[in-house]
Amino acid sequence: MTALTGHSVNWGQSPINRNALELRELAVGHGQRALVRDVCLVVRPGKVVALIGPNGSGKTTILRTVAGQLRALGGVVELFGRPLDEVPATERAQEMAVMLTGRPSTELLTCRDVVETGRYPFTGRLGVLGEKDHEAVRAALEATGVAELAERDFSHISDGQRQRVLLARALSQEPRVLLLDEPTSYLDVRSQLEMLQLLRREARERGIAVVASLHEIDLAQKAADHVICVRDGNAIFQGTPEEVFTAERMAELYGLEPGAYDPAFGSVELARPEGEPEVFVIAGGGTGAACFRQLARDGVPFATGVLHEHDADGLLARSLATRAVYERDFEPVGERAVAEAREVLLGCRRVICCVGGFGTMNARNVELLDAARNAGLPVAHSRPTLRDDFGKPHR
Amino acid sequence: MHGTKRAGEKDGASRALAFDLVVLLGLVALFVASLCLGSVETTPAEVLRILAAGPGDGSTAAQVIWQIRLPRAIEAVLLGGALSLSGFLLQTFFANPIADPFVLGVSSGAKLVVAVVMIVVLGTGHIMSPAASVGAAFAGSLLTMGFVLLISRRVRTQSTLIVAGVMVGYICSAATNFLVAFADDQSIVNLDNWSRGSFSGATWPDVAFIAVCVLAMDAAVFALSKPLGAYQLGEPYAQSVGVNVSGLRLLIVTVSSLLSACVAAFAGPVSFVGIAAPHLAKRGVRSSRPLYVTPACLLTGAAFCCGCDLVARTLFSPVELSVSAVTAVFGAPTVIALMLRGRSR
Repeated sequence: MTALTGHSVNWGQSPINRNALELRELAVGHGQRALVRDVCLVVRPGKVVALIGPNGSGKTTILRTVAGQLRALGGVVELFGRPLDEVPATERAQEMAVMLTGRPSTELLTCRDVVETGRYPFTGRLGVLGEKDHEAVRAALEATGVAELAERDFSHISDGQRQRVLLARALSQEPRVLLLDEPTSYLDVRSQLEMLQLLRREARERGIAVVASLHEIDLAQKAADHVICVRDGNAIFQGTPEEVFTAERMAELYGLEPGAYDPAFGSVELARPEGEPEVFVIAGGGTGAACFRQLARDGVPFATGVLHEHDADGLLARSLATRAVYERDFEPVGERAVAEAREVLLGCRRVICCVGGFGTMNARNVELLDAARNAGLPVAHSRPTLRDDFGKPHR
Repeated sequence: MHGTKRAGEKDGASRALAFDLVVLLGLVALFVASLCLGSVETTPAEVLRILAAGPGDGSTAAQVIWQIRLPRAIEAVLLGGALSLSGFLLQTFFANPIADPFVLGVSSGAKLVVAVVMIVVLGTGHIMSPAASVGAAFAGSLLTMGFVLLISRRVRTQSTLIVAGVMVGYICSAATNFLVAFADDQSIVNLDNWSRGSFSGATWPDVAFIAVCVLAMDAAVFALSKPLGAYQLGEPYAQSVGVNVSGLRLLIVTVSSLLSACVAAFAGPVSFVGIAAPHLAKRGVRSSRPLYVTPACLLTGAAFCCGCDLVARTLFSPVELSVSAVTAVFGAPTVIALMLRGRSR
């Protein structure tokens, strides 16, 4: 464990507190034409920065330029205060490691062999590893949880394992800056989570500055300290996840329908079904979520109520319901809301009741059920799926 | 736990050493057999006596061994190692286990240029010096290599590259055949034997030249094993750990071309050694790390060529086969096996 911190200083607590990486008005691209320009970014040691944006927006090109693999078409990349093009390759490699999207095809190389290539900038003429190098490799293999795979053939392990081994390779370089191009692609949900937790831990414990391009905006929102968004040749906005992951900004970044992205859930929903509401859903407290999504999948426009503004159903209804009637948070459903909901309900052709019972806060929603029965509308009961423990049965 | 891990760290080196030792023993055995066997049979003990006595001994056996068999065996050993390393370099370069100077047409390109130069030089009444042959072969190798590189930028699949290389090889061979057909009688005698691939007619000055050239390049390849190892994960990763990638690519092309040029200049095109020997070496060492594999490649290639030359020379004696035919018999199945394995993945 100590080996990985061997040469690095804990910048998080350092009085100098230099920027690990700084991009100033960086223009990047292949050849002469700039693909993205005016990228400005400051990365502090120990922080995780997510680079997000649609496919082909230039995330990889930015990372490759920062890694020194492509010449900057304008502007500056500074590594610990030094312009990158003035840093000799070996020194750069001792400070900065990368993990790329492509999976190298190897022949007869063990995972240990692959990880050991990360020690390149530290070994002598023939690249023979010393005890300190072996130590760093062991530490990296253990940190990424692939120590048992060390002697396995790199080409015969799963994608998730390969991704970890490649991360171990980067960590064995004992970098202070780590660049990752879509580290979570090819991974299942659990491996994605583990990968990001691992990155966070490495950033926190070793003070590594991490810049990762991510496709999974839900993960970016949760794992990053700072988010920079690239679209149409510009870094259109950046900031904390809270500042960036708003419905409007995500809609703009990815060209989504307004409301398709829900910042509370950090995920996207199918488009809202078009037309006048056909179904009225009595929901609340998360009981309606499954029903809402089913209707959206079937393309059936629906109305719902009375919901509290910020409970799970209330938030989801903003994305999916054609019409939704709300009561203020923490208030019992009141006369005005019920009257409005009843009117909407009577305009629908059928009713789905998702709530299994009515409690103090939504007691008056039972009036909606009665109104439906009196009007002769067919009422279907959908078992609450999200909260089975919701109150006692109505009848 | 720690014990096994440490074992893992050292495993590769000890396995490589063990393999090298076995191959070295085989090589020595084949080398001695090459000196003993032939139209004049000698026992190993006699060979030793003759070698110890020096080249001055006037007996027929001594003449045969000192003037014919020894230079030929040394040439086969040196050039076999050269071909194997050249193949290994190209395989690393193209990340393709089926690349080698013969398959990519580099040998044939070298042969064509050597043929042209030889006809011109012999036509003016001069003799080809070893340096001139190697120079011509090197120029031909680089030309063909440049052409193959141009193609490789266009194609994305490895098999297309190989097919393109084979076609380039055919074109160059066809052109060489035209030249041989139209060359005057004196040139043909020289060209014909050589253009089919053979270690026969090795002379001491040739051997001295080859030794200097090839051993220097062998050392260069070994010295490159660190960046080559980084290059095996692909260019971007190599670059990220501080390898000067364009410099390394240039070095790989130059060194592999020089190695195969030496072979082409003195033995003509020798097929498949560049694929079979590195493959056997990698399997034997059970790794493709250049630090372990380059010595193993060198020894395997040397033993492979030495053995094949022995077969070519003695199998249907006094008729001598072209060494390329023998190496193809042993080497081509390796290529087929490699292709089938690649397909099944």
